[in-house]
Amino acid sequence: MSRQPLRFLLQAFNYALFMAIVCYFATSPSIRILDDDEAVLTIAFAHAGQLREPCRRLSQEELNQLPANMRRLEDCPRERSPVTIEARLDGEILYRETLQPPGLFEDGGVDIYFSARIPAGDHRLALGLNDSVREQGFNLRLERDVSIAPARVLLVGFDQKTGFVVTGAE
Amino acid sequence: MRVNPVKRAYLALESWFNLSFGTDWNPLYHLGTLSFFLFWIILVTGIYLFIPFHASLEGAYASVEWMTHEQWYLAGVMRSLHRYASDAVVVTILLHLFKEFASGRYRGFRWFSWFTGVPTLWMVVTLGITGYWLVWDELAQYIAIGSARLLDALPIFSGAMTRNFVSGGMNDRFFILIEFLHLLGQPLLLVFLLWLHVKRLSNVNIHPPRGLAVGTLLALVALSLWAPAVSQGPADLESVPRALQIDWFYLNVYPLLEVWPPQQIWMLTTGITVLLMLLPWLPPKKKEPVAVVDLEHCNGCGICFEDCPFDAITVQARTDGARYEQEVVVDPDLCGSCGICAGACPASNPFRSARDTLETGIDMPQQPVDDMRRQTREAVAALSGDEKIVVYGCAHGLDVDRVARADTAGVRLICSGMLPPTLVEYALKQGADGVMVVGCRENDCYYRFGNRWLKARFAGERKPTLRARAERQRVCVHGAAETDLRAVERDLERFRARLALLRAEREEWVAS
Repeated sequence: MSRQPLRFLLQAFNYALFMAIVCYFATSPSIRILDDDEAVLTIAFAHAGQLREPCRRLSQEELNQLPANMRRLEDCPRERSPVTIEARLDGEILYRETLQPPGLFEDGGVDIYFSARIPAGDHRLALGLNDSVREQGFNLRLERDVSIAPARVLLVGFDQKTGFVVTGAE
Repeated sequence: MRVNPVKRAYLALESWFNLSFGTDWNPLYHLGTLSFFLFWIILVTGIYLFIPFHASLEGAYASVEWMTHEQWYLAGVMRSLHRYASDAVVVTILLHLFKEFASGRYRGFRWFSWFTGVPTLWMVVTLGITGYWLVWDELAQYIAIGSARLLDALPIFSGAMTRNFVSGGMNDRFFILIEFLHLLGQPLLLVFLLWLHVKRLSNVNIHPPRGLAVGTLLALVALSLWAPAVSQGPADLESVPRALQIDWFYLNVYPLLEVWPPQQIWMLTTGITVLLMLLPWLPPKKKEPVAVVDLEHCNGCGICFEDCPFDAITVQARTDGARYEQEVVVDPDLCGSCGICAGACPASNPFRSARDTLETGIDMPQQPVDDMRRQTREAVAALSGDEKIVVYGCAHGLDVDRVARADTAGVRLICSGMLPPTLVEYALKQGADGVMVVGCRENDCYYRFGNRWLKARFAGERKPTLRARAERQRVCVHGAAETDLRAVERDLERFRARLALLRAEREEWVAS
C-alpha cells in the first residue's frame, strides 16, 4: 500500500477514535441517583428566629437622657435566636440542626435546606422547630402520616402563620 | 540523554500523529488553533439554535425537543454539533495543557500563558454548565440544584439559592439570567481571557490548517448524524430522576456532591486550580540571560522585531544620535532567550571583522555569534575524512554530539533559529563539505518559530537569506526530538551519500 492511502486510513482511524471518546464521555457512564424504591425528603424554607430579648419600655428618666429626635418608647435588641429544626421519620432522627442567625448583629433570618433519600411508601413524619431562646423544646410541631411515591419529592416548607407545610405526599 | 517518562509518552503520541497526519496537519501542533476552530463551530451553531429557542421554564424544553425531533435535519444537527464541538474543545484544551507540560513549555518566561490558561479552562467549563442548564430537562434540573448547593456553600451567598429549585421556587427571570450568562456574559469573558492568554505571543494564528479543519468538521457532522444529541426527560421539581446520563467533560464535579459536602468539593477544585497555576514556579526556573542590543552595530532594520516569537522586541526612535532613524529595544520580562533575533540580525555575519571579535547588533550573552563562529571554525578544523559535515543542533532537540564522529562534528545552539545563514556559508568556506541543521521536530519548535524561520531564510523567503554562493545541495535541515537519534542518523547517512556523489561528480568534471 502506498503511503498516501495508508495516511488517509490512519487519519480516519484517529478521527473515529477522537469522536468515539467524545461520544462516550458525553453521556457515559450514567449515574444512579435513586434506587427504584426510593423517594426524597426535602426541607427548604427561610425563617427568622424570634428576638433574643423582648422589647423593653423605656422609663421617663431614660427617655429624658436621649436626644429629642431619638426618643423611642421601646428599646428592641436586634439579636435573634438561633433556629433549631428536627425531622424524624418513623421515629428516627433524619435531620437535626441548629442554625445561628447570620449578620454582624446576628439579626438575619436563616435559610434551611436539607435533602435526603428515603424509602418510598407510608411513613410517620414528625417535625419540630425552636426559634426562641426563651422557650424550651420545640415551640412549633407537626406530626402526620405521609405516603410518598418512588422518585417523588416530599417537600417541607414553612408558613409564618400556619407553621410547617408538607407537600408532595399522596 | 535521559528523557522523562511524561515527555517520552508525549513524543510517542506526537510520532503517531506525525505518521498519520504528517507534520503539517499534526493536530498536536495545532491544539490552540483547533480549539479556536471548535469555538467557531460552537458560536455559529449557537447563534442558529438561539433563534428557535424559547427562554422560559415552560417553553425551553419544548423548543429544544422541536429542534431535535421536528427539524432534526438542521436544528437537530446544529444542536449535536454544538454539544460535540463543546466536548471536543475540552479534549483539545486538555491535550494542549498536557503537551505544554510534557515539553516543559510552561515555566520561565512562559508563565503568563500558562497562568492565564487555567482560568480560561474553567471559564469554558462554566460556559458548558450554563448551556446544559438551558435545555431544562432532568439533567438541567440536577445541575441547577447541584450548582446552587455549591454556590450556597460560599460565604458570599446567603444559602438561599438552592431554595429556588424546590417546587414553585423557580421563575422565568432566573432562567433568562442564565440565558444572558450563557449567550453573552460568559462568552465575552472567555474572549477576554483568550486574548490575555495569547497576549505575550507574536504572529498569533487562530486558524488550523484547512485539511485539519475540514477533517474535524466532517468527523463532528458524522458523529452528529450517527448519535444525535438528545434531551433527557423534562425537568420536574416535584420529582427526582432515578438515573442520569451526564457529560463527564463538563459535569464531572456534580456526582461528588452525592458523597462529599460542597465545601470539600470547593477545596478540591480550588486546590487543583491553585496547584496548576503555581506549576511554573514549582520549582522556580533560573532566568537565562536575555538578548542584548549593541547600538554600535544595530542599524534599526527591525528584522529581529519581525522574527521575535514572544513580542519582546520593540522598535523606537534612535537615542544614540547615530544616522539611523530607529533602534530596537528588548523587554527582558518578555524575552525567551532563544537567540532567534541574533540569527536574524544582518550584522551577525562571520565574514565581517574576520580577525577580531565578531560583534553584532543583537546577541545572546550565553552564546554570542562570535562563539558560534569560533565553534564552527574549531569543529571544521578537527574533521577528517572524505565528507566533512558540521551538524548544528538546537538545545531542545536531539543532542548533536551523539552523531559526532571523525568526519562529523556537532555544534549546539540555543535554537536552530539563532543560526545566521552566513554562518553556514562560513562553515563551507572553512572546509566543511556539508552542513546539517537539526532543529526541533518540524512545526514544533520549542521557541515557536526557530525552525520555520530557518527554513524560510534558507529558501530565500525571509531575511537574512542564505546566499547563492552556499551550494544548496550541501545544506540539509532535519527536525528531531531527543528520541529521534536513528532518524537523524539515517538522514545523515543519506546526506553523506549525496555529498559523496557531489564529490565524485566534481572529481569527474576536474578530470575531464
